[in-house]
Amino acid sequence: MGRNPLDLVGAEPGPARTFTFDGRPVPALPGQTIAAALWADGVLAWRTTRVGGRPRGAFCGIGACFDCLATVNGRPNQRTCLLPAEAGDTVTTQEGHGHADLAV
Amino acid sequence: MPTLPSEPARGRAPYDLAVVGAGPAGLAAAVTAAELGLRVALLDAGPRVGGQYYRHPAPELGAARPDRLHHGWAVFARLRDRLRAQPRIDHLAGHHVWAAERGEPWRLHATLGPDAGDRVTVEAGAVLLATGAYERQLPFPGWTLPGVVTAGGAQAMLKAGLVLPGRRIVVAGSGPLLLAAASSLVSAGAAVPAVVEAGSYLGYARGVAALAANPAKLVEGAQHGTVLLRHGVRLRRSSAVIEAHGTDRVTAVTVARLDADWRPVPGTERRIGCDAVAIGHGLVPQIELATELGAATRTVPDGTVALAVDGEQRTSLPGLWAAGETCGVGGADLALAEGVLAAYAVAGRPAPRGALVRRRRRRAFAELMAAAHAPGVGWTDWLTPETDVCRCEEVPAGRIREAVEELGAGDARTVKLLTRAGMGWCQGRMCGAAVACLAGGPTDRPDSRPLSCPVPLAQLAEPPA
Ligand SMILES: Cc1cc2nc3c(=O)[nH]c(=O)nc-3n(C[C@H](O)[C@@H](O)[C@H](O)COP(=O)(O)OP(=O)(O)OC[C@H]3O[C@@H](n4cnc5c(N)ncnc54)[C@H](O)[C@@H]3O)c2cc1C
Ligand code: FES
Repeated sequence: MGRNPLDLVGAEPGPARTFTFDGRPVPALPGQTIAAALWADGVLAWRTTRVGGRPRGAFCGIGACFDCLATVNGRPNQRTCLLPAEAGDTVTTQEGHGHADLAV
Repeated sequence: MPTLPSEPARGRAPYDLAVVGAGPAGLAAAVTAAELGLRVALLDAGPRVGGQYYRHPAPELGAARPDRLHHGWAVFARLRDRLRAQPRIDHLAGHHVWAAERGEPWRLHATLGPDAGDRVTVEAGAVLLATGAYERQLPFPGWTLPGVVTAGGAQAMLKAGLVLPGRRIVVAGSGPLLLAAASSLVSAGAAVPAVVEAGSYLGYARGVAALAANPAKLVEGAQHGTVLLRHGVRLRRSSAVIEAHGTDRVTAVTVARLDADWRPVPGTERRIGCDAVAIGHGLVPQIELATELGAATRTVPDGTVALAVDGEQRTSLPGLWAAGETCGVGGADLALAEGVLAAYAVAGRPAPRGALVRRRRRRAFAELMAAAHAPGVGWTDWLTPETDVCRCEEVPAGRIREAVEELGAGDARTVKLLTRAGMGWCQGRMCGAAVACLAGGPTDRPDSRPLSCPVPLAQLAEPPA
């Protein structure tokens, strides 16, 4: 019985890649989304809300809630639970909206 | 199995069948239909087939034993092999269908990739909607804190990304998914100080016949139970997390006992330390692609709305079939059986008896579960006026009550117009059930959403290709 998820499924991933989160390097295993890599690094919040300025991160994990939005390589409103982390990605905390691009 | 993530399927003859959703229902349907001779497009928003139940790590993660996070992995592996061997299926990965247009042929409009960058139109003589479900949430004070995640989301992030939101995770809400999630979380190394189930499970006792006819479901439940027992996890029934504490992330929850109507019983509160919470109150069928076109629906005993289908999985719209959770939440086995039956019906072939029997038994079990886990009316008692009900637009319960009591809003739609609750990015998926309860109107009306996912404005400016 595994003591962590990787042991449990006998994972032997390739070498981790690195992206930056608010300027700090964060490792991501190949195939992990940005949200997954942030969780693995102990980060649970990467957005602040428009009205209350409250911290938010991934909630639904499947692309439905839009709570996990971040600015990725300069583009705001990216659902990090869906986006695979690529080497060299620049991820920054999204302050408030950036909502202009989405019809909701 | 050609995987065509970005190639527009334009200029080709229409497919015989387009299946939207590659979970258990859609996968079983696509494979069966192709083996019966149909040309099939299998569209899914995600990069891999499997849907929610068979969600699994990206191949690059090199998981030697993905089955350790799954029941029935062998069933999935066989389906995937049949898919790979099947020249008559185009698996269109990364295709999020945002609108369906009736006609001969039907036209499905999809965006491509996680950033919805491009789009294609897929044409087919018939469409099968196997888009599954999303989780129902009931808000409570503190549920917007980082570290509070959905039970299915914790499950999905674990199954696909091999990560946990914390080390000490309280699992709470209602429904069988809680046991599945708790069992995976402890197997993956997390501590689960409690599984907090709002229902009493007494409802099951009234459905002994349905239970007895579904030994596989009982075995699956018992296996989760065994894992939880071995890890010393306590199941607290008739209880709920009524508050999450913390400033920038969750550090503890308050759990209270509930009366039969799910009202917290004063004096029963106790605090449990944790660094994450996995919460969910069952599932809601994801059917807007069909309801937008006027497909008939039915209300399930847990108050959710599903597509109404006949014995051949046909919706009320000619040419549109449905299978799996879109027809009422019932789990992966039921989804598989319905997918097979839909494929036979679309191909105009008589249904195999085994699938008919499985569907009848599993559907009876599903209705029983739905009744046992239907939210009681008293849950709103645990809200404070400040509790955000709509996460996207940050609309607190107090403002919604004001709209109802002082401004006379009598249904979710009016509340939405007055408060913006449900008008944010998620289009009411997270707060819809709660807003409907607070509005006191019918909870059984599918909120009509014109689009099934937010689409960049630029794409709406031009008519679909
Ligand atoms: C987050 C989550 C986690 C779950 N985890 C478990 C679990 O661990 N154990 C368990 O027993 N049950 C789980 N379930 C219940 C689940 O519903 C299963 O019963 C089963 O997967 C249902 O099968 P299905 O084929 O009906 O739908 P799903 O498996 O949900 O498959 C639907 C598929 O449709 C795709 N889709 C949806 N909308 C569109 C669209 N517009 N365009 C293109 N593709 C689309 C989705 O990407 C998905 O792959 C979970 C449910 C959810 C929501
Ligand atoms: S966590 Fe819900 S959309 Fe990403």
